[in-house]
Amino acid sequence: MDWSRILVNVAGEIFAPTTAAYALAAIGLNVHFGLTGLLNFGQAGFMLLGAYGFAISTIAGWPLWAAVLVAIACAAVFGLLLGIPTLKLRGDYLAIVTIAAAEIVRLVGRSTALTDLTGASSGLRGNSYKDTFQDASPLPDGTFALGPFEYAMNASNSWWIRIVGWAVVALACLLVWLLIRSPWGRVLKGIREDEDAVRSLGKNVYSYKMQALVLGGVIGAVAGIIYVLPRAVQPDSMGRPMTFFIWTILLLGGAATVFGPVLGSIIFWVSLMLIKSVMRAGVPESIMRTEQIEQFGWIIVGVTLMLLVIFRPQGILGDKKELAIDVR
Amino acid sequence: MRRVATRDRSTAGAPAALGVLLLAVLFLLAVPGTARAAVAGCVADAATGCINGTIRTADQQPAVGVVLDVEGPGGTTQATTDAEGRWTAAVTEAGEYTVTLDEATLPAGESLRNPDQNPRTVTVALGSSTGALFPLGAAAAAGGGGSDEDPDAAPDPESTAPAEDAGEVGAPVGASESGSFSWGRLAQQATSGLVFGVLLALAAVGLSLIYGTTGLSNFAHGEQVTLGAIVAYLAVQSFGLPLLVAGVVAVLVGAASGWLQDAGIWHQLRKRRVGTTQQMIVTIGLSMALQYTYQFFFGGGALRIVTTTPTMLTLGPVRISATSLWSLLIAVVVLAGVAYFLLGTRIGRATRAVSDNPALAAASGITVERVVRLVWVLGAALAALGGVLMGLYLNATSWNMGGALLLLMFAAVTLGGLGQAFGALAGSIVIGLVVEMSNLVIPSDMRYAGALLILILVLLLRPQGILGRAERIG
Repeated sequence: MDWSRILVNVAGEIFAPTTAAYALAAIGLNVHFGLTGLLNFGQAGFMLLGAYGFAISTIAGWPLWAAVLVAIACAAVFGLLLGIPTLKLRGDYLAIVTIAAAEIVRLVGRSTALTDLTGASSGLRGNSYKDTFQDASPLPDGTFALGPFEYAMNASNSWWIRIVGWAVVALACLLVWLLIRSPWGRVLKGIREDEDAVRSLGKNVYSYKMQALVLGGVIGAVAGIIYVLPRAVQPDSMGRPMTFFIWTILLLGGAATVFGPVLGSIIFWVSLMLIKSVMRAGVPESIMRTEQIEQFGWIIVGVTLMLLVIFRPQGILGDKKELAIDVR
Repeated sequence: MRRVATRDRSTAGAPAALGVLLLAVLFLLAVPGTARAAVAGCVADAATGCINGTIRTADQQPAVGVVLDVEGPGGTTQATTDAEGRWTAAVTEAGEYTVTLDEATLPAGESLRNPDQNPRTVTVALGSSTGALFPLGAAAAAGGGGSDEDPDAAPDPESTAPAEDAGEVGAPVGASESGSFSWGRLAQQATSGLVFGVLLALAAVGLSLIYGTTGLSNFAHGEQVTLGAIVAYLAVQSFGLPLLVAGVVAVLVGAASGWLQDAGIWHQLRKRRVGTTQQMIVTIGLSMALQYTYQFFFGGGALRIVTTTPTMLTLGPVRISATSLWSLLIAVVVLAGVAYFLLGTRIGRATRAVSDNPALAAASGITVERVVRLVWVLGAALAALGGVLMGLYLNATSWNMGGALLLLMFAAVTLGGLGQAFGALAGSIVIGLVVEMSNLVIPSDMRYAGALLILILVLLLRPQGILGRAERIG
């Protein structure tokens, strides 16, 4: 067993672009669930819309900043559309509607009727929309090795996407930290704890919820951009399982905390990679085939989510008094 | 406290109407295009790729029971076309796959239009679907794609369609739509929708009963459906039991799993006073764990419960397989039994009492926990039966069949009114009809999206569902 290679792979996950994208998506979900108590089970839909918005407008020849704005606008509009019917509903109705809305985005995106726009189920190839982002990089071309980690400077799975991705994560953390302390954030927490009490104080609960939904969705859309930059836009890889992973990450790290989503994402991807690499190296093919190891990893994720919610719903960083999942 | 959909007073009215309008516009914008085959049994994700296609005879009837062998780096699987001529194969490794159509299984008198393109080689990527096309008919018929052609016959645009197929795509959308509509086709789709809806109802009734008695939205209910289908598959294919016995075994295993699940997990959680939202997230984790467990043991490919070619019956304008007809019959009898149970028996009345108000039911001497346990057993058994019949109807099952159906079940249950068992039945039939008949107007790979849109619209306009009654909270 080649331990050093496994360790390098596993440590690489700590700052991988995917880890950053999931951390960011979980931060968005944290605004929904942790701060406001909205059960959004359609976060992958926001990410997919952001990814489509960015990729399609870039392919249409728009500059980087405009493409990012398009992605943000897509998520904002989706948030508004979703919010109008769902924010009046409570609890699990909201969950069912958001999950259905995300599925609609995926099904429409992968439909062959839109092949020219979205590439249907085969999606959009990464090379068709990566250029503007890579051209914006101030880094020289070539590859760079930091210790055992060697990646390209600008291409695909690069240092550039890592730097940008984690910078955005840091900014989002700062934003959430400021929001939690602001009067606006206190109203959101009030809504989470007791909606009717907040309403009786004369606050427009509906409007606050809508703002939270749009804000979290926009963060999700940016996460979607970061997620697809090193790969391709594939509607089927951004479906329900992705939303569930984001939930696991958020609950693992701790909802309603600033760094919970980041910590959760790092732990999630590092341990998944560790389990898979160790099993790939250590379990003979006759006992478990390679693709079975992949599935074994996801089984563990599912069981982890169950145990986490039952025994430690506040996650690693959370405070049980701060957030009881079942406030209503 | 039961969770009810409530309207926030400050927000009813104009914004709601605006929302409906915007959603509808958004959806309609996405609609134009030619109808085409959907994938029933394979959902591509990070670990799965799909190969699929639709096979139709020269006169555009679906070719049922055609066997295709798929061979490649991920191993060998076999796919068979279903009642609508669709076939799909799931692979778990990317690469070049060879698809071989077994010409002996083609319907009598049919032959490949391009025999030199069998076997075909396709390149499959994980997380995406690739089409492999096998047009039937005499080679000379290729150019004769007439004006009254069924839009479904258009080659799957996902596939790398060979150049000679281009003539078939020709008809413009509008023309092909007006040309394709026929009462026969309407009747055919309506029948499929009815069968699909009744089978869906078997699963949805359990979901609704569980919600009604415990307030839990069970996201792992789809896996109970898959369980039934997989047990039947094992019983028939590995133990060689006759189909009927296999079905009974599947239902028994399903019932046992419902008992075990409630005793092992949900009863304990209720005892710990874990709230329903928390329990709902637990069901999501359970659903993930079970789905990948199925995939772990049975792989990503389609599992055929029976491998014989279904016998097709022609009733007037409608073609239906004998199996579907029997399934319909069994499902109707069972659903009638459930209705009798709920309305006519003492324990059934107790169940409805618990649904209505658990605290009051407990106060009047009903053992709520016993009723809940019974509901879990009943719900899981019904789901297993639904799974077996659905597996037969779709001609194959797979690890994520239930997962794919789950949202349709929720749509049905919500449409009928959460917690209303008869509402779930009515909702399922509506959803089944919508799913199958939307083929007539929208591309068929978006038909599930149509059903889900209905779910959202219902919640917007009538959150209590068709049969539910408006409830007040507070």
